[in-house]
Amino acid sequence: MNPNSTPNTDADTTLDCSGLLCPLPVYKAALVLKRMGSGERLRLVTTDPGALEDIPAMARQRGDLLVSSTADDEKQVFVIEKGSQP
Amino acid sequence: MTPDTDDTRAVTGEAPRIPKRLALVASKGTLDQAYPPLILASTAVSLGWEAGIYFTFYGLDVLHKDRFDKLKVASLANPAGPMQLPNAIGALPGATAAATRMMKKWMTDARMPSIPEFLDMTRDLGVKFFACATTMGVMGVSEEDLIEGADIAGAAAFLDYAADADVSMFV
Repeated sequence: MNPNSTPNTDADTTLDCSGLLCPLPVYKAALVLKRMGSGERLRLVTTDPGALEDIPAMARQRGDLLVSSTADDEKQVFVIEKGSQP
Repeated sequence: MTPDTDDTRAVTGEAPRIPKRLALVASKGTLDQAYPPLILASTAVSLGWEAGIYFTFYGLDVLHKDRFDKLKVASLANPAGPMQLPNAIGALPGATAAATRMMKKWMTDARMPSIPEFLDMTRDLGVKFFACATTMGVMGVSEEDLIEGADIAGAAAFLDYAADADVSMFV
């Protein structure tokens, strides 16, 4: 693990959900997370404004860790670390 | 006393993981109202929950092989519909078909799945489809009329499922 105070936002997998509306970003992210191993990281790109609330909620409900979340006018980028659940 | 070897929790000391559950009633058979239960159920299973939908009365059309791809949105008495027409015009032949085409175009343009695609997505993720037995009797729908994966059930069977739900909604 990166010992620096800045969180390491490197990801093992990237999923671009640009242009997709609810429920597709959550649906597609969950499909990818299910195939990943515990502790692996997913970088998720979205453009749905609802994703700002949806993706943290998904991580909370699934038991994943939301490592980082950044947003500008055009898109949101989330890094999610998979928890111990399937 | 013999140890319960089936109970792996006793060995590993891990807490049991009991998934949350969503229980929905889908009572509407219009194109617009077919979406919300499928959106909620597909999201619930994506969150790691269980989800089941009880399709009853006109909602049963969503599980009907010959109808699930032909759901419509009314142009008459639908002030929020895709075509905001006065009722006198919304009642004309072809107006409902036009409103339905417009709504399907909205959905396609927004890259939203169709109702048949949503049914496949949710079924593949393990969402339970309950087909209301009374509706089948009242409306003359047979088991062969229903899409694959629909379980015929009465209210008691659904309530038995819903009794263990964390979230229940009527759509």
